[in-house]
Amino acid sequence: MVKILYFASLREKLGTSGESLELPAGVADVGGLLATLAARGGEWASLAAVKNLKSAVNQEMARNGTPVKDGDEVAFFPPVTGG
Amino acid sequence: MSNEISVQEADFDVGTETAALTAGDARAGAVASFVGLVRDVNDGSGVSEMTLEHYPGMTEKALAAIVAEAKARWDIYAVRVIHRVGRLLPCDRIVFVAVSSAHRGEAFAACEFIMDYLKTKAPFWKREVTPDGARWVDAREADDGAAARWEG
Repeated sequence: MVKILYFASLREKLGTSGESLELPAGVADVGGLLATLAARGGEWASLAAVKNLKSAVNQEMARNGTPVKDGDEVAFFPPVTGG
Repeated sequence: MSNEISVQEADFDVGTETAALTAGDARAGAVASFVGLVRDVNDGSGVSEMTLEHYPGMTEKALAAIVAEAKARWDIYAVRVIHRVGRLLPCDRIVFVAVSSAHRGEAFAACEFIMDYLKTKAPFWKREVTPDGARWVDAREADDGAAARWEG
């Protein structure tokens, strides 16, 4: 299982702050996980089109090519706006 | 240092925090600090309140990494970063960064660097309430440019 978290506008749009997901066979990185989620359709389809979508794996900033394995915590969020 | 980074709902006292940074440290000849405040206007709309969301766990790690980077780049002594989360009103303090050093140059530079990196690398998000309803604040390209100055 991987723990997936959604923040800010993404959390509102998807209607959930997170979920646990069995990593599908063949999915080994952030980009693959994103494609799996977007394939659900509806609001999920827009995930792949979010401008400047950011991600983190185990609380470190990630890219689409960052590896994801069982037990990881993956987060998706819009560009940060603190300070 | 244990009391270097705080992510909290509570307000902070600038004088107390600034004094604590150099208490008993006679090496320090300079303290540079920055305070960020909630404005009552943004992108042409009035703002009546804002809510700051963050990613607990990653936020503290990201801030610690930024502070470590500042310490690697400049000869600085103590650093204090406080970032508030939750509901805030215009004039409320949002963020505090203070850096002590022997001389002002290092303290100014490190303080500005920490703020520039915080704005583009720490997982905080602002949602503001305007007369037209609530909206998530868009990231600014100028902030990316400010952070990019320190790279390469």
